[in-house]
Amino acid sequence: MSSHAKAAAQFIKNTERTAWHDQALFFVRQKRDNVAKNIDEWEVLRTKASQIKEHTVSNLEHYLTTFEKNAKANGIQVHWASDADEHNKIVAEIIENHKAKKLVKSKSMLTEECELNHFLEENGTEVVETDLGERIMQFLKLPPSHIVLPAIHVKRQEVAEIFNKEIHTDANNSDPAYLTQAARMHLREKFIEADISMTGVNFAVAEEGAFVVCTNEGNADMGTSFANVHIASMGIEKLVPNYESLGIFTRLLARSATGQPITTYTAHYKKPAKGKEIHIILVDNNRTEILKDKDHSNMLKCIRCGACMNTCPVYRRTGGYSYSYFIPGPLGINLSMLKEPKKHSGNVSACSLCYSCSNVCPAKIDLAEQIYKWRQDLDKYGEADPMKKMVVKGMKKVMGSPGLFYAAIKSGRLINHMPRFMVYNGLNDWGKGREMPVIALKTFNEMWKKGEVRSNESSKNK
Amino acid sequence: MMKDLKNMKIGLFIPCYINAVYPNVGVASYKLLTSVGLDVDYPLDQTCCGQPMANGGFEKDSTKLAHRMDDLFEKYDYVVGPSASCVCFVKETYPRLLEKEEHECLSSKIYEICEFLHDIVKVNHIDSYFPHKVSIHNSCHGVRLMKLSSPSELNIPKYSKLHNLLSLVKGIEIYEPKRVDECCGFGGLFSIEEPETSTCMGEDKISDHMATTAEYITGADSSCLMHMEGVIKRKKLPIKTKHIVEILSASL
Repeated sequence: MSSHAKAAAQFIKNTERTAWHDQALFFVRQKRDNVAKNIDEWEVLRTKASQIKEHTVSNLEHYLTTFEKNAKANGIQVHWASDADEHNKIVAEIIENHKAKKLVKSKSMLTEECELNHFLEENGTEVVETDLGERIMQFLKLPPSHIVLPAIHVKRQEVAEIFNKEIHTDANNSDPAYLTQAARMHLREKFIEADISMTGVNFAVAEEGAFVVCTNEGNADMGTSFANVHIASMGIEKLVPNYESLGIFTRLLARSATGQPITTYTAHYKKPAKGKEIHIILVDNNRTEILKDKDHSNMLKCIRCGACMNTCPVYRRTGGYSYSYFIPGPLGINLSMLKEPKKHSGNVSACSLCYSCSNVCPAKIDLAEQIYKWRQDLDKYGEADPMKKMVVKGMKKVMGSPGLFYAAIKSGRLINHMPRFMVYNGLNDWGKGREMPVIALKTFNEMWKKGEVRSNESSKNK
Repeated sequence: MMKDLKNMKIGLFIPCYINAVYPNVGVASYKLLTSVGLDVDYPLDQTCCGQPMANGGFEKDSTKLAHRMDDLFEKYDYVVGPSASCVCFVKETYPRLLEKEEHECLSSKIYEICEFLHDIVKVNHIDSYFPHKVSIHNSCHGVRLMKLSSPSELNIPKYSKLHNLLSLVKGIEIYEPKRVDECCGFGGLFSIEEPETSTCMGEDKISDHMATTAEYITGADSSCLMHMEGVIKRKKLPIKTKHIVEILSASL
C-alpha cells in the first residue's frame, strides 16, 4: 500500500470530518465555477496565460536579466539563490546587517519550500506568520494542509482552543468574528514591533522591475508599511514580461483560487520609500532542472492558486497531510516527484485520473497527464508496488492469450466471482467496501459463437 | 450519410469487463447498432485493450494487446465499443504504443457507441420505451477526454450527447446529480491501490445520484457502473445501475 493510501485510510475513518472537508473545498470549487462562467473570455484567458508562461520560461534568462536591471534601477536590491540554503543564508545576512530581532511574514509557499522559519528561529529570530490561517498553523506547530487555505482542515473549536493557549482568548468562544478580532489585535502588536517584513511574490514584471503580492487580509501591506526592510522571496518562474500580461493573471488568480473577482489586496512594489529597503531574492532551487524536463516543464507555469486541490476528489477526501510533500493534491504529486522521486513516489497513487485538475488550471497545466507519466516511471525508480507489478504481469499474460482469458473467466464463474487478475490482487482490496462483480453465465464471446447475439429483425424472423 | 454507412463494416469492440460480467451490454449494443441498419460484426476472442496496466504505470505492457486489437479490427471501417474509457485509451495511446500515425491504426476509426450514434449516425429516432427515472453518470473519461458532454469546469456552451440520446426514449425521466461530473472513484488500479478513498468517492457519488430520486444510474462506462454496483450491493442501497445501451435498446 502506498504511503498516501495508508494515510488516506486513516483520514477517511473520521467520516464526518471527511465529508466536511470535501464539502468545504467543493464549495470553493463551485464559487470558482460561478465566477469563471461569468467571464465570456475565460477559456481565452487560460490559453493566453499558458502561452505567456510558456514564452516567459522559454526565455527565462532574458526576462530574469531584464527584471534584475530594471529592479536595480528602481532601487531594489536583487539577490540570487541557487537553492534553499543559499536563500536562507541571504535572509539571515540581511537580518544580521540590520541587527534585526523580529520578522513578520505574509504567506509564502517558497519560504515553506526552503524551510526558512525553522532556520531563522534556530538562529534566534522571532518569525511571525501574519496570514490568519498560517498563524493558526504556526501556533499548532504544523505545516499548512492547503497552499491557499492553510488551515482549511482545522475546525473553529480547535482554533478557539489554541488561541486560548497562545493569546488568551475565551476557550469556549469559537465565534469566527471574535477569534478574528483577537488575532487582529495580536498581530497588530507584531506588525508594530517588526524590524523586517517578508513576503512572497505572486508575479514579477520584467519590463518594470516591479513585483506584485496578492492577499485577502492586507497583511503583506501592513507588514511592509511598518517595517523599514522588506525582503521578497521569489521563484524564478514567477516572472511575466509586462503589465499587459500581468492583467491576464490578476484576472485568473483569485477567480481560480477562491472564486473572488480579485484578491482584496493586490500590492505593487516598485521602489523603496525614502529611508526604506526592498530586497528581492530570486530562487532557483531545482527550477532550471524542471525546465529541462520535457514531460514536466509545464509545472513552471503554476501560479499557486490551489484550484487543482479544490477540485481533486482524492485531495478533498483525504486531506493535505496524507501526502508526503508540503504541497498536496495534483500540484503536490507532480512537484514532489520533481523534487525527490524516490521519497515521494507514495503520492502517485492518489489520483483516479479524472482530469478535473487539468480543466480547472488557469495556466492549463496538464496535471493529470503528468501524473499518468510519473506512474510509468515508478518501476524505473524501483518504487512500483510489487503486488501491483505482479498483478499487471499476470494480466499481461492472461489478456495476451484468449485461451487463458476465457479459461480464467470459466474458473472464476465456478466460485462465482471475478478471477483474481481482474480485480487485481489476492488481498481483495476491492472487497473492502464493495461486493465483487458476478461473472455472467456466458461471456459475450460464447454467446456470439453460439449464435445467441441477434438483432431484433433476425429474432423476429426465427 | 446513412446510405454510405450501410455499406460500411462495423466492428463491435467488447471490453473484457463487458465480455465477462455484462455480456448483455454487448448484446444491447449489437441490437442498437443493427436497429439503425448497420452491418455489425464481432471479431472473436477479444480480451482487453490494455488500459488497466497502463493506468497502473505499465503502459509498455499493453503494447502486445494494442497490436492484437489493431490486427483484430483491421478489416473494419468503423469500430464501436460500449465503454468510453476503453475507447478513449485506444484512441489516445495506441498511436504511441504501435508507433504508427493515428490514421494508420485503430485509433482513427474507433468510437464510443453514444458518440457514434450521436455524431456519425446522427440518430433522431430511437424505438425505445423505458418508463423509469434515470440519473446520468457523466464519467470522467467520457466527459473530459471523449467530450460526451461539456465538462463542468470549462466555460463552454452546455451540451450532453447522453442526454440527447436518452431524450429520444419514451416514458423516461432524466436527471443528473448535483455534482454533475464528479469522479465516482473507480479509476482502474486506483480502486484497489486506494480502496478506502475509492469506496468513499463511490458512496458519495451514489448518494448524489440517489438524491435525484432516480431508480437507475446510467452511463457509457461499464467500469464506473461496476464499481458503483459493488458499493450499492454492499450497502444494500435502493438504486440500480444500467448501461445506457440497455435503456436505448429497451424495446428491441
